[in-house]
Amino acid sequence: MNRTRKGKQSSRSLLVSWVPYFLLILSCIPVFLINSSSAAEIVIGSKKFTESYVLGEIAKRTLTEAAIPAEHRQGMGGTIILWQALRGGQIDAYPEYTGTIGQEILKSDHASSLDEIRESLAKFGVGMTNPLGFNNTYALVMRRSEAQRLGVRTISDLRKHPELKIGFTHEFLDRRDGWRPLRERYALPQQNVIGIDHALGYSALANGSIDVKDAYSTDAKIEENDLVALEDDLHFFPNYEGVLLFRLNMSADAIAALRRLEGTLDEKGMTRLNAEAERTKNYTRAANLYFESGAGSPNTAGESFPQKLARWTLRHLQLAGFSLMLSVIFGIPLGIVASRGGAIGQAILGFASIVQTIPSLALLALLVPFPFFGISVRTAIAALFLYGLLPIVRNTASGLQDIPRSLRESAIALGLSPITRLWEIYLPMASRSILSGIKTSAVINVGTATLAALIGAGGLGEPILSGLNLNDHVTILQGAIPAALLALLVQWFFDLLDRVLIPKGLRL
Amino acid sequence: MSALIRLVHVSKGYADATALRSTNLAIERGKTTVVIGPSGCGKSTLLRLIIGLIEPDSGSIEFDGASVTADNVAALRRRIGYVIQEGGLFPHLTARANVVLMARHVGKSQEEMQSRLLELCELTRFSDNLLPRYPVELSGGQRQRVSLMRALMLSPQLLLLDEPLGALDPLVRAALQKDLKEIFARLRQTVLFVTHDLAEAIYFGDEIVLMNGGRIVQKGSVTDLREKPADPFVLEFINAQRGLASL
Repeated sequence: MNRTRKGKQSSRSLLVSWVPYFLLILSCIPVFLINSSSAAEIVIGSKKFTESYVLGEIAKRTLTEAAIPAEHRQGMGGTIILWQALRGGQIDAYPEYTGTIGQEILKSDHASSLDEIRESLAKFGVGMTNPLGFNNTYALVMRRSEAQRLGVRTISDLRKHPELKIGFTHEFLDRRDGWRPLRERYALPQQNVIGIDHALGYSALANGSIDVKDAYSTDAKIEENDLVALEDDLHFFPNYEGVLLFRLNMSADAIAALRRLEGTLDEKGMTRLNAEAERTKNYTRAANLYFESGAGSPNTAGESFPQKLARWTLRHLQLAGFSLMLSVIFGIPLGIVASRGGAIGQAILGFASIVQTIPSLALLALLVPFPFFGISVRTAIAALFLYGLLPIVRNTASGLQDIPRSLRESAIALGLSPITRLWEIYLPMASRSILSGIKTSAVINVGTATLAALIGAGGLGEPILSGLNLNDHVTILQGAIPAALLALLVQWFFDLLDRVLIPKGLRL
Repeated sequence: MSALIRLVHVSKGYADATALRSTNLAIERGKTTVVIGPSGCGKSTLLRLIIGLIEPDSGSIEFDGASVTADNVAALRRRIGYVIQEGGLFPHLTARANVVLMARHVGKSQEEMQSRLLELCELTRFSDNLLPRYPVELSGGQRQRVSLMRALMLSPQLLLLDEPLGALDPLVRAALQKDLKEIFARLRQTVLFVTHDLAEAIYFGDEIVLMNGGRIVQKGSVTDLREKPADPFVLEFINAQRGLASL
């Protein structure tokens, strides 16, 4: 009888000492599931707004029809992120505008000719197609009724109405051809200016929270929401001809295929495609409209919702799971070192705390310029790993520090070796605290992983982002609800894990 | 017979104060030596020096004829049993796992551990039905018995007890005092017992070491202390405790 009791005893302590391995194996599962796309594919990027998505789809389909395998990473963020990704080779091509190239990428002070732009880009190993045929310049838009009531027709007319509330996209607020120089040129008096997401701005405009916002001249929402674009009577905005930027080391076939799109899409056509995309919530279908004959062909038909949900959820779990594994692997040893205090301990806790204070979007943007990271799943995992570190490090350290001195001394006085003391006494005694740190990390990671979509890493952030962009609540909820359920599930799973992994003597 | 432990000019100071002034002390084999004194007199420092939890600033400590160094202190600890006031049992391990922890690590067989365990249960009057319990499921007195079993598991040459009965209520304390005294006698155990209670010191001590202000004031039998006090403090200490007892 005593023999069997002893057996139970050692299996329990064995189980406890296997905690880290168990977690490691658990979170390893997603790694094997991450399947990077084949290397030979042309990767097309796009910015986070409808027109860029549609152009990305058109470019993809053009390449596919020329028998060149292509992949489209949707909505990867702003100009600088895409430009860095293009230079770094994480993407091979993306849609851009001549005005943006001159102002934001090359940072030239005067309006450059196409040849000048092309020459400057070549220094970076980047080529540019001729204009695709439409000029999508910036415009300031107002509600039609309001504009008529106040008699505002041009941007100059805004001078007479300093009380108007303005909401601009963050990019427009900071651009060299954006709000600040515009205000100077027109001597605009408005003080009440806020930064707001592009798609949300339309809702704000509709409900009167703001009166004026920035828009693109081919934006289908202008028509849809009954808005008017104010005339740029002082010719402030440069030309924004739509073009494709591509890497010059791309195959000649691929370049030739993309150049076939030159001059084929005028402003009216582009506006129609944008409207179609927003109406159907399907960028592939809108792109198909461009090819007319190919519309609705089976190989480009969208996935069904369950398929998409499965793909998003799987990727979401991969992102959160793999980053959690890294946080555990690095967090627990760092926490052990930190628990000893001293300068090194302070430094570790300080570093982990500072990382936590960086906004997640900024952390992603900071990692993108590094060659190893760029626009990739790696970047998203690295950022999530860093966020997951603090709760684990802090809880491991405090769990160990909370062990009474008398018990530490008892372990030493017994003659146990330092490794045995840590492994069999201190870590099991701190297990509740360590596990609760891991739980916090897991829940944070599942939530923060939605932001991975900003750099094209996928996950449940993808529908949230495109829903935000389309101002479509149903699409947002398609991502938000599963993400919330996942967080609850993770919480519940770890509560269960507590019962298995925390030694019984500590739970009585 | 030579002393088991010998302290030669051992001193220890902390940043703010001297915890132990230069001290000489020999602990005889097979006897119970009780160290007594008011709080902060240096008695706990003395014990922690012997078990190697702290190192002396000067002087040397000899255990069984060999000088204690950083290299052999880990091995020496296995020849010393240590019991503290709250028992020092690990809460995540059962009573049994606490007792056999060290034996398991030095590679004792299951059979050896089992028979030693039953022997100790009998010796300490601890029911072996309670062995699968966790420390929180045991009473204070039971915990101290388990702690004593853990200290005795590897048949140590020296048993160190740091106020082992201090946290117990009077009835439990009296029962355990009686059992402890029997155990020491049965095992002919060398014991170093720290307490602040004079009655307890008189009950256990073959030899009493009275400390004050980081030094040993007097060492001897209780009669020596009473009849030939080395210092006015000795009488003061004895009378203070007596005064309390006669209340």
